[in-house]
Amino acid sequence: MAEQLSWKVGGQQGEGIESTGEIFSMALNRLGYHLYGYRHFSSRIKGGHTNNKIRVSTKKVSAVADDLDILVAFDQETIDVNYQELHANGIIIADTKFKPVKPDDTEAAFYAVPFTEIATELGTSLMKNMVAVGATCSIINLDASVFLEVVEEIFGRKGETVVQKNMEAIQQGYDYMKEQLDGDTSALQLPPADGQKRMFMIGNDAIALGALAAGVRLMAAYPITPASEIMEYLIKKLPKVGGTVIQTEDEIAAATMAIGANYGGIRSFTASAGPGLSLMMEAIGLSGMTETPLVVIDTQRGGPSTGLPTKQEQSDLMAMIYGTHGEIPKVVIAPGTAEEGFYDTVEAFNIAEEYQVPVILLSDLQLSLGKHTVEPLDYSKVHIRRGKLLKGGIEPRVDKSYFKRYEVTEDGVSPRVIPGVSGGIHHVTGVEHDETGKPSESPANRKAQMDKRMRKISQLPNVFPNPIYKNAKHEEADLLLIGFNSTGGAIEEAMERLEADGLKVNHARVRLVHPFPTYEILPLIESAKNVAVVENNATGQLASIIKMNAGYPQKIKSILKYDGNPFLPHHIVESSKELI
Amino acid sequence: MSTTAATPTFKDFRNNVKPNWCPGCGDFSVQAAIQRAAANVGLTPEKLAVISGIGCSGRISGYINSYGLHGIHGRALPIAQGVKMANKDLTVIASGGDGDGFAIGMGHTIHAMRRNIDLTYIVMDNQIYGLTKGQTSPRSAAGFKTKSTPLGSIEQTLSPMQLAVTTGATFVAQSFSTDLKDLTAIIEAGINHKGFSLINVFSPCVTYNKVNTYDWFKENLTKLSTIEGYDPADRQGAMNTLMQHDDLVTGIIYQDTERPSYQELVEGYAQTPLSEAELDLGAEAFDQLVKEFM
Repeated sequence: MAEQLSWKVGGQQGEGIESTGEIFSMALNRLGYHLYGYRHFSSRIKGGHTNNKIRVSTKKVSAVADDLDILVAFDQETIDVNYQELHANGIIIADTKFKPVKPDDTEAAFYAVPFTEIATELGTSLMKNMVAVGATCSIINLDASVFLEVVEEIFGRKGETVVQKNMEAIQQGYDYMKEQLDGDTSALQLPPADGQKRMFMIGNDAIALGALAAGVRLMAAYPITPASEIMEYLIKKLPKVGGTVIQTEDEIAAATMAIGANYGGIRSFTASAGPGLSLMMEAIGLSGMTETPLVVIDTQRGGPSTGLPTKQEQSDLMAMIYGTHGEIPKVVIAPGTAEEGFYDTVEAFNIAEEYQVPVILLSDLQLSLGKHTVEPLDYSKVHIRRGKLLKGGIEPRVDKSYFKRYEVTEDGVSPRVIPGVSGGIHHVTGVEHDETGKPSESPANRKAQMDKRMRKISQLPNVFPNPIYKNAKHEEADLLLIGFNSTGGAIEEAMERLEADGLKVNHARVRLVHPFPTYEILPLIESAKNVAVVENNATGQLASIIKMNAGYPQKIKSILKYDGNPFLPHHIVESSKELI
Repeated sequence: MSTTAATPTFKDFRNNVKPNWCPGCGDFSVQAAIQRAAANVGLTPEKLAVISGIGCSGRISGYINSYGLHGIHGRALPIAQGVKMANKDLTVIASGGDGDGFAIGMGHTIHAMRRNIDLTYIVMDNQIYGLTKGQTSPRSAAGFKTKSTPLGSIEQTLSPMQLAVTTGATFVAQSFSTDLKDLTAIIEAGINHKGFSLINVFSPCVTYNKVNTYDWFKENLTKLSTIEGYDPADRQGAMNTLMQHDDLVTGIIYQDTERPSYQELVEGYAQTPLSEAELDLGAEAFDQLVKEFM
């Protein structure tokens, strides 16, 4: 029996590769298995190699697997590009239609199965994906009937015949493969799962659900990979609570419309990726200067410019911390899992209102688009905190004096009132202003207002929930691995292997990127013999931030990957051994 | 003294800030017209939000006793649309100059017209960049000499009114800042219009524009009310008139009273202001959402 299974399906984009993976994983998820999926795709609609790699386990998995057990190929390119990931007991199953050729230098078993032919005989070649799913089931000894529920859900509205045909395609793929299989495949068979129902979602789903739970009513956004799923989910859900999504003409409109809506008294946000965030920078400055709450989601992808729009990268970090001209208080949060994506999104809206600042929730492509099993989300942990928002009860104004919207206070946060409220009239401007919002160039006022604004977030590292995720059982580690966002899973797995080799390894994942929680991470750095910061960029941006705040420029080393693909655990194991 | 008197007057919309516009600037009259129109339609200062862009005219939100937001260059419209979406009971006026609305912010202007969210956009059009001390604007005439076009502008002048009529704007009007009565009436009509209203106001810059002066406008403008049989519901007629008069007309050029505003068309949009909504989703609704992912 296998502890886990790594399965990949590949072909030309537009051939239904994604739905093959989707059906396979949905059924396994319902059986109670834990899954972790990663899609490799290109910035085009039809054509180009695409694949969906899915890891299945009876235990929680949070990284892409190093190797591969089963490769399902709909074209020769899929075999050529991916076969080297297969281990010696692995299996290639390929559609006979493209006359597949087995590479010389692999020990993996090779089967040509008439996916397309069987499907065509059943009525349409489109069902070749179902045949492939069936063939997979026969290898891993999973009864084809487990797919009935999922197939009914997907095809039910097309009628009973379509459902039956698809089930038949799965069964025939299963039967054909069963006859062909020689040798024992029990090493690829998973033990039964616990049957527990768990959510199966991409990180963007978790973020969108978090926004909904946080009470968002308007999302203003412009489509972009890999962020669009957030707006696509919310346009289905927001009308149910009286709100909506507006697809704006560009990202500048998206950010400024969200600012207008927050000023108007609702929770509103936008989501984008690097190019969109570049356009939003001036608006983020307006939010900071006018102390208007704003939440922006940045799903990082390969940069710069258009870069690698469908590939993994973590290179927006510096831009998110330092972007916008001048100096504003800003918060940057980096969840590492879909669960964190949910809770941190709720928290982002709370912080934006409590501190009256822009909050950037940083994700990355692997987290945003990777589909994985998610532990139950606890709604009792969702609390909506709106800070010093006043909905009324303001003393009438005397002689048209303005409400002190920017009153200098001890914690820097001033009372906030929204348009429509009696007695609350004040001015809001991106020009430096006095306590009532009126423009002022007075040096004393400038200093008082700047200090007040910057004071607001100075204590955030002390109150933010788990600013650093720590898996640090060693008082004196041989190696401290540090990362952020989606690399956490691969780091944890690398850590287990390094520990098995006798090394003492600690892991720290930075969740609050800015303001940086220096004193949370410093003891771990001080006590470790070696420190390596693992990140998907070319210049070691997180390492620079850590050195800037915590020091140790010589001790802190980098493990970098910027080829568009996520870290696999073995990359980190090998690089770590080279470093120490 | 409370500002929410039983019957509001334009004085209720005055604050105690002295505008920093040049003496004689057309924007003073636009400010007065907004204050009068707001009072005439029965608003109280708390129910009005003036959202402005950057430039001399962008300062206007600070000179009216109401809620106001002075944003960033060219982005008054998306901010204003966000405010209106958040609170449908507010009257929202967006305002700024011709550079703000027709150069840096043109993309937003076109899409705000298409979208048709119920707000009133007042452009103070002086055909020049004033606050940066005299450069050409998209509204400057060909051959117009400025600091950035010392040999005269070689670009075509933009026609916001023709553009608005063709883009699908549902209320398109033009006025002249000295015609306080007409301008006030047009702003009132814009506020009362259910949808997006574009009001372009010729508001002369006495410092940097020595061509398009008060006298020049008085000589060249034609009031639509003097054109016999002019019908603002006739889109084709509106285009013809604009072309015949080289856009130099004042009055309501085009109005579509049939098309519903964006907010009337949004599926599920709350009938009460969203800003009053209870944010907590509730455990039951949340459980339903979670189940969809299982």
